[in-house]
Amino acid sequence: MGILNSKVPAGPIESKWTNHKFNMKLVNPSNKRKYDIIVVGTGLAGASAAATLGELGYKVKAFSFHDSPRRAHSIAAQGGINASKNYQNDGDSTFRLFYDTIKGGDFRSREANVYRLAEVSGNIIDQCVAQGVPFAREYGGLLDNRSFGGAQVSRTFYARGQTGQQLLLGAYSALSRQIGKGAVEMYNRREMLDLVVVDGQARGIVVRNLLTGEIEKYSAHAVVLATGGYANIFYLSTNAMNSNATAIWRAHKKGAYFANPCYTQIHPTCLPLHGDSQSKLTLMSESLRNDGRVWVPKKKDDNRSSNQIPEEERDYYLERKYPSYGNLSPRDISSRSAKEVCDEGRGVNGGEAVYLDFADAIKRLGKKSIEEKYGNLFDMYQNITGENPYEVPMKIYPAPHYVMGGLWVDYNLMSTVPGLFVLGEANFSDHGANRLGASALMQGLADGYFVIPYTIGDYLATNKFSAVSTNHDEFKKSEDGVKEQVKKLLSIKGKMTVDEIHKKLGRLMWNKVGMARNEKGLKEVIGEIKELREEFWKNVNVVGKADDLNQTLERAGRVADYLELGELMATDALKRNESCGGHFREEYQTEEGEAKRDDENYRYVAAWEYENAGKWNLNKEQLEFEFLHLAQRSYK
Amino acid sequence: MNNNMKLNLKLKIWRQSSAKSVGSFVDYKVSVSPDASFLEMLDEINNELEKNNQDPIVFESDCREGICGTCGLVINGEPHGPLRKVATCQLHMRNFKDGQTIWVEPFRAKAFPVIKDLAVDRSAFDKIIQAGGYISVNTGGVPDANSIPIAKDIASEAFDSAACIGCGACVAACKNSSAMLFVSAKVTQFALLPQGQPERQQRVEAMVAKMDEFGFGSCSNTYACEAECPKGISVRNIARLNHEYLSAKVKSTNVEV
Ligand SMILES: Cc1cc2nc3c(=O)[nH]c(=O)nc-3n(C[C@H](O)[C@H](O)[C@H](O)COP(=O)(O)OP(=O)(O)OC[C@H]3O[C@@H](n4cnc5c(N)ncnc54)[C@H](O)[C@@H]3O)c2cc1C
Ligand code: SF4
Ligand code: FES
Repeated sequence: MGILNSKVPAGPIESKWTNHKFNMKLVNPSNKRKYDIIVVGTGLAGASAAATLGELGYKVKAFSFHDSPRRAHSIAAQGGINASKNYQNDGDSTFRLFYDTIKGGDFRSREANVYRLAEVSGNIIDQCVAQGVPFAREYGGLLDNRSFGGAQVSRTFYARGQTGQQLLLGAYSALSRQIGKGAVEMYNRREMLDLVVVDGQARGIVVRNLLTGEIEKYSAHAVVLATGGYANIFYLSTNAMNSNATAIWRAHKKGAYFANPCYTQIHPTCLPLHGDSQSKLTLMSESLRNDGRVWVPKKKDDNRSSNQIPEEERDYYLERKYPSYGNLSPRDISSRSAKEVCDEGRGVNGGEAVYLDFADAIKRLGKKSIEEKYGNLFDMYQNITGENPYEVPMKIYPAPHYVMGGLWVDYNLMSTVPGLFVLGEANFSDHGANRLGASALMQGLADGYFVIPYTIGDYLATNKFSAVSTNHDEFKKSEDGVKEQVKKLLSIKGKMTVDEIHKKLGRLMWNKVGMARNEKGLKEVIGEIKELREEFWKNVNVVGKADDLNQTLERAGRVADYLELGELMATDALKRNESCGGHFREEYQTEEGEAKRDDENYRYVAAWEYENAGKWNLNKEQLEFEFLHLAQRSYK
Repeated sequence: MNNNMKLNLKLKIWRQSSAKSVGSFVDYKVSVSPDASFLEMLDEINNELEKNNQDPIVFESDCREGICGTCGLVINGEPHGPLRKVATCQLHMRNFKDGQTIWVEPFRAKAFPVIKDLAVDRSAFDKIIQAGGYISVNTGGVPDANSIPIAKDIASEAFDSAACIGCGACVAACKNSSAMLFVSAKVTQFALLPQGQPERQQRVEAMVAKMDEFGFGSCSNTYACEAECPKGISVRNIARLNHEYLSAKVKSTNVEV
């Protein structure tokens, strides 16, 4: 078991990043074009990184499996992006955002990273406004803010319910400008299927051209992964259909440690399931909790419709249990509370849903004002469910949404493979065991615009590189491995479709590695996942050809990786004998049913090293809290 | 919700094995819950096809929330189907009648060649943005966000234009395959904002030149684009584009008058 070096610079927390920026080596402007950098993923994190690196003069190649960078999953973020501008004069500061994020993450994140995130958050807003991002404004023409869960200040910037879209289009426009200038070469419709490591350094990738099926190789001096999260392992999640773990998983198998894989976020406000054919779950932005009130009937199995249940027979359980944060309690707590009341049989019509009610807000603020703030979300709700949320309360239920886990990175965002950097949701860096709303967009853009441009320069300036072309043996080996897998998948010709197996895996994960976990279930599920993996490799049916656009084959490769990752998630959850944030182990709870941490034994980042299929070694990064006091999280 | 009542439908779906091959409509039958989405209905058909060792129908989607712009089918002759202001992925089967026949085709336009079945290549849109659909600022060194006040109604109008998801339905809806609605939305967003002023003239010229290069047709004011646009992008954007373009031309040294 190894101990990891996070390379956090010494000194007071306020000056760590400033000093580090000064101490890092720079690449001379005229030398920058001698360095090739591969950026895989062009969502918020990847597009901002590729654009900025291109502006600086590096030779950048950017890759995405989408047909255009503008389609990345980041586009779907609704509610907003945090920044400690304190424009509202309500007591916000870098330190408060830092504090809220550490506390929200249940003291399982690295102080120095989180402080830096808070520190650069304001620059992000400046950058986006300069790009022409049309954030919401007040009548005086200045920027408007709203509140999000886990905060008592208004620091969330937003663009109606389409903040992710506007931010991504901003980063996409910056990236497009660099593509137009020739500083970035864009490779769309390419799926990275392997990382190439030469002499211990990340030196390239192998991709499949999704249109032709050709396996292509690309070399570089450094590789940046910004490939998003893996919540789709649950089959049903709020993530886009194609979001997946493959890039980071293949890098993991090439030596990058995987940190805290079991930390997943189950979002409290999603639309409940409608039937078997359902392909994904739809998020209703958490911003709705600014004005919506969450409740269930007090009585069990109450089958009356919402408007027939009088006020005194409703349980506004979040307001009751957490009076100071109320409906804006953090996500993990809100989700678990919803599960609790539904498990008690008090869900809507005894089922799996709770009400999110706007009647009071409409009375107080008027329908027009609610429409202005949430119009598109209300329309979306009505469109999907056929019910009008201006008239009847919304029905919501928690769903897998985001993963705090990801590849382990040090303070420089470099993984355990030298020259492999990881940004955005793909890394584990800033959110501990629970991410606060509106902080993923902030982190992705902080990583891409303001961190990687510095730290990658230091890496390039301080390392020696041998000339490596794509004819190198390691490239050949990777290419052969990828081709072999494609061939294997197509040759099984079994009885089950890829989706059927994925659905099965999703159900296992949701039931036993979902909102609540316990030792027995985790031990069982590890065996069940192994069995399902065997079944996949014996009995999957992948139709179509290798050298063609083949969506079934694409999904098959991703599911094959999930079947390994799922086991690691369960292994990690089993090893962590405590509850923290989104990781709730039923054995470890306070008398009131809150998560009970064990700081003495588990105040570490679990970074798993791949040995071979189904076998990992645990490495630990001890978390020190020098600037904040460890405390039990309370939102009462 | 009427979970147990299924709709029985006949589908005529465009199949085309590659860009170069000739395509045709193929018949399928499906029985589907009215609560399923249109794309979930196609998922079900595909699952059956795979079970029978047949090639599934290629169609593209990602967010399934109407925001990424990936999906896009012509359903019974209309891009994104019969509902207004929704993308294909937001169309639910409850909008169809039991026993109905549904025709499903790809977006068709010279600038959007078919890749396979229902998937088309819309990379021309990226190229138009690369030609000038941005504000030239590098990362860092920008002013504080609140040093650029923008009136609420202007910001809101700019947002309306910025809401375009780049799906291409406007092109598919237009008998001339014009990309004017898409281009005008971006031009308008930046023309309205103070940050967009310095490059206002070059931007519109460069984007229009690129659009013409790709062989998108011209606008003949039939407004089919606005009717099919899932984000309700208004044809007023096109009027503004024309105005911007003309005033750029008058001032321009780049364009032959
Ligand atoms: C519905 C929804 C709403 C949300 N709302 C908010 C919000 O309001 N505020 C907030 O802060 N966060 C929100 N989030 C979370 C946030 O959107 C994401 O965490 C964030 O956008 C992730 O950005 P990213 O750049 O890391 O990855 P992504 O945007 O997922 O981009 C991944 C990129 O990697 C590429 N890629 C992946 N794998 C490969 C591969 N193998 N080969 C090649 N390319 C690959 C993809 O093509 C894509 O370009 C929301 C999430 C969801 C699901
Ligand atoms: S203008 Fe409307 S129809 Fe055209 S690309 Fe944009 S969103 Fe799609
Ligand atoms: S799949 Fe994203 S808009 Fe339809």
